[in-house]
Amino acid sequence: MYSTTYHKPASIEDAIAALNGGEDTKILAGGQTLIATMKQHLAAPSDLVDIRAIGGMSGISAAGGALTIGAATTHAEVASSAEVKSLCSALCDLAGGIGDPAVRHQGTIGGSLANNDPAADYPAAILALGATIKTNTREIAALDFFDGLFTTALEENEIIVSISIPVPQKAAYAKFPQPASRFALVGVFVAQTDDGVRVAVTGAGEDGVYRHQGLEEALGSNWSASAAAGVPISPDGLMSDLHGTAAYRANLIGVMAKRAVAAT
Amino acid sequence: MTSIKMTVNGKSVEKEVADQTLLSEFLRENLRLTGTHVGCDTSQCGACTVHVNGKSVKSCTTLAVSLDGAEVTTIEGVANGELHPMQVAFNDNHGLQCGFCTPGMIMSGIDMVNRYKASGQELTSDAIRHELEGNICRCTGYHNIVKSIQDAAAKM
Repeated sequence: MYSTTYHKPASIEDAIAALNGGEDTKILAGGQTLIATMKQHLAAPSDLVDIRAIGGMSGISAAGGALTIGAATTHAEVASSAEVKSLCSALCDLAGGIGDPAVRHQGTIGGSLANNDPAADYPAAILALGATIKTNTREIAALDFFDGLFTTALEENEIIVSISIPVPQKAAYAKFPQPASRFALVGVFVAQTDDGVRVAVTGAGEDGVYRHQGLEEALGSNWSASAAAGVPISPDGLMSDLHGTAAYRANLIGVMAKRAVAAT
Repeated sequence: MTSIKMTVNGKSVEKEVADQTLLSEFLRENLRLTGTHVGCDTSQCGACTVHVNGKSVKSCTTLAVSLDGAEVTTIEGVANGELHPMQVAFNDNHGLQCGFCTPGMIMSGIDMVNRYKASGQELTSDAIRHELEGNICRCTGYHNIVKSIQDAAAKM
């Protein structure tokens, strides 16, 4: 790893000052992607700003029909939260299926969303549940947040503070893990919400996570595995790589959608 | 360089480290605690698993400097006068072949037993296999590793 300078601010103001003070600064939230990337010399930030010591950055609360999860809350904390379990157990299942136990003890929801890996699990949940991403400067709707591979609406040095998730009527996540990495080869998050049915697909789209209109329409009129099974899934715009062709992924989207609906 | 202070296996240590030093490097090279192994160095294999504030983490994917004030336990710190029940179980059940993955297996094993006990869940052999997702044994000796963890879970 190339040399870097580490900062551990105790406030948002100090974090912003540290972010603005370096030549090429990066936010460190759990490090389970960033440190690995730095070890491979794919990233070489001059400065790292660890946001985990900032007050109020982690923790889970529920109020007014929404769950609020701090950006530095780990996957293990979400997976084992009684509050999340009772209000949106699909999110516990999803968090408990990321990486492995040791990775889940460090990786965070904010880090996952800011990184927007096209095969990450959380983006599917956040998009399907219609969550709001709160940053140090504004609130961003999930619909406006994801902006292509590893790209989001976040400005340079903007820090995710928390994620607000409206409690769904029903939700489930089904994932077909890539056998070696355990990232989603295809993951489908289905949700029945106050604004209708949303279906988000991760692992498959060439531009990262996206909503599947055909599945949303079919499940909107008939919430059943058979309705999901009848939807044609086009391979256009899906990734093809050594793990699976676009057609293979298209088929998996249908299968995962059926499994997710059947699990609700 | 930053001066960090942490408790490692119950002893307070204070060292000056470069900010990019990984916890695995810090333990092995600065503290000469070479029981923590580095296998893949890409957070896949779990040989480098240690406990930070009581939770398993991959020390090859953790910056030492981020752990100022933390409590770290490595394989060298689990025996307390006599072997830890998890170590005894690995002995009794022949839970190792070449032994390279064993420190990580034991640290992950202790972590999973503690978590399942705390939440009142039963640690079945299926659950152990699932929990061992992040620990790879290249001798493929998983069967006896699972038996060892199950045996230790009954005694811890």
